[in-house]
Amino acid sequence: MSAVVLYGLAGAALLLSAVKDKKKTRIALYKGWMAFNGILPQFIAVILLVGIMIALLRPEVLSRLIGSESGWLGVFLASGVGSITLIPGFIAFPTAALLLRGGAGITQIAAFVSSLMMVGVVTLSVEISYFGKRAAIVRNVVAYIFALVVAVIMGLVVPVW
Amino acid sequence: MVKKLLRSYLFALSVVAVYVVLAFTHRAVFDTAVETAVSGTWEMLAIIPPIFVLLGLLDVWVPREVLTRYMGPGSGIRGGFIAFVLGSAAAGPLYGAFPVAAVLMSKGASFFNVLLLIGAWSTTKIPMLLFEFQALGAPFALTRLLLNIPAIIGIAWLIEAVVSRLEVERIYERSRLRTGATS
Repeated sequence: MSAVVLYGLAGAALLLSAVKDKKKTRIALYKGWMAFNGILPQFIAVILLVGIMIALLRPEVLSRLIGSESGWLGVFLASGVGSITLIPGFIAFPTAALLLRGGAGITQIAAFVSSLMMVGVVTLSVEISYFGKRAAIVRNVVAYIFALVVAVIMGLVVPVW
Repeated sequence: MVKKLLRSYLFALSVVAVYVVLAFTHRAVFDTAVETAVSGTWEMLAIIPPIFVLLGLLDVWVPREVLTRYMGPGSGIRGGFIAFVLGSAAAGPLYGAFPVAAVLMSKGASFFNVLLLIGAWSTTKIPMLLFEFQALGAPFALTRLLLNIPAIIGIAWLIEAVVSRLEVERIYERSRLRTGATS
């Protein structure tokens, strides 16, 4: 869905640009290609790494480990999995819903979802190459702590809604 | 040339080696891993190429002065708001945000605004929010959203506070090199 919008947008912008100035458009495409080329090896490594991780983590195992009775251990486990892996949203949310129905706790699922989106251990090397060690590490550490805080608050608030 | 190419793919190749081992020792794990990697590749192809086309066009068509005026230091609340909207309207995983950040930095966006974009991209992306509403329900999604907005601002502020001016300079320098900015 977002792919259609993005490709449409890029195509329309490209067409408009080409009509206005062919030379500039060629430079734009060249620049985009060079930037893409520079980051491609890391993208490929990340995608391959994530494949192995997902293969090792099955939902039924996870659901048992992060049940609503699992407490802090479950929260750390869920946030650990969320931090390390990189799961696309269209898989992550249905999986999270499945886990909830399978007995996982709200706090644990919130920790999983938040850390999944904000913390990226496998993409850390990519992030460092853009933002330097210090900024990248600080961002990930703070985001992790924040994911835990959000999880605790949500565990208290969401069931009352 | 070949040596340089080989070096940049070293990490990817070592993961491939793990796949080869798995293919012989743990067939089931290998199969699932390949399946996931293939769908991951499709996801990347769905998102990343148009982003880079748009970035190239932005680089060529938007003059540095204009971007600095809207998102540079001193662009105030409006600059922050633009960063938030850009990040939220985005699609795709967080790694897609880094090249966008690099182009914005090379064009004069302030570090704080770039950090806001990264934060928004990671959590308040609209397509993801819709998904979250649908899968986990309004109480879950809304509570998380309300907690996330101040946190994104807080995290951006904190990173800016702990990263020295010199290091920010270096990050900007690297972005300019990477995008080959003609300014």
